[in-house]
Amino acid sequence: MRSDTDRKLRRILSDVLGLTDDQVEDLTPDTGLFGHLPELDSMAVAGLFTEMEDRLGIAIDDDEIDADLLETYGALLAFAEAKREAA
Amino acid sequence: MNSDSYPCPLPGGVQAHEYALSFDHGRRLRMLVVPALFDEANKLRHLTVEVMRRLDGTGIDCFLPDLPGTNESLRDLSAVELEDWRMAVEAAARHFAATHVLAIRGGGLLLPPGLPGWLHAPVKGASLLRTLLRARILASREAGVEETGEALLEHGMKHGLDLAGFTLSGEMIRQLHEAQTADDACLTSIEQDLVGGRPLWLRAEPDHDPAQADALAAIVTMGCKA
Repeated sequence: MRSDTDRKLRRILSDVLGLTDDQVEDLTPDTGLFGHLPELDSMAVAGLFTEMEDRLGIAIDDDEIDADLLETYGALLAFAEAKREAA
Repeated sequence: MNSDSYPCPLPGGVQAHEYALSFDHGRRLRMLVVPALFDEANKLRHLTVEVMRRLDGTGIDCFLPDLPGTNESLRDLSAVELEDWRMAVEAAARHFAATHVLAIRGGGLLLPPGLPGWLHAPVKGASLLRTLLRARILASREAGVEETGEALLEHGMKHGLDLAGFTLSGEMIRQLHEAQTADDACLTSIEQDLVGGRPLWLRAEPDHDPAQADALAAIVTMGCKA
């Protein structure tokens, strides 16, 4: 069963990327994210992290945002879960 | 749909005319639509105008004013304050004799008191500013320049700042940082969950969703005619 963070993060990504429900369900830990979607600009990435803060109740320092975090869905989920546990 | 304009106060007591999109048939119900701000204005423009078309179809006149320094305005955005936008919205409400207001996202930061209506997915000024600052930090980092949010904000409040392609004055940044959505008993929030679909302001490119326009227009129409 998916964690609360997993469900919420899928919803946030679907909002930012405009994914269908099926595409959201198909996200696996290895699914590539922003490195595979070059049309996403810094504004969209900034919006993603602001939404994560608001909907997951976490605070994200700007210097924590780097390319590795956005490489795969699994990397972003692990980051979000660690942040929520520490909060 | 027509091109219209409204007299907008300038510092020093003179007036400029700013553009407005209007559906004006002299009807009893007259809706001032206050647009979303900055990049969200672009991403929500299509939805906003489609909501107006639907309101027009149900017998409600609607007006969408350009804010000074945006769209067709001749004003220099870098000299504009949030307070100028508030005065512009108040002037537009007066000029078009608005009976109601529909504010989209950050438009809710600009409302004159006492006008009944709706706030679609309202957002605090500080939250808008945080995303704009973060986008600048990410873009700078790609260019090999390290910046921090705190230092940028402190500098921006004093000297102004380029954020996501918008040149904002120090006063704009300072006022935006403090700005809260109008808290008026005659205003009702319409959150995204009620409208359904995905929030279009989060997307990288402008998009449209007719079902969201239908839902927003239906909620507003039912409220207006209740």
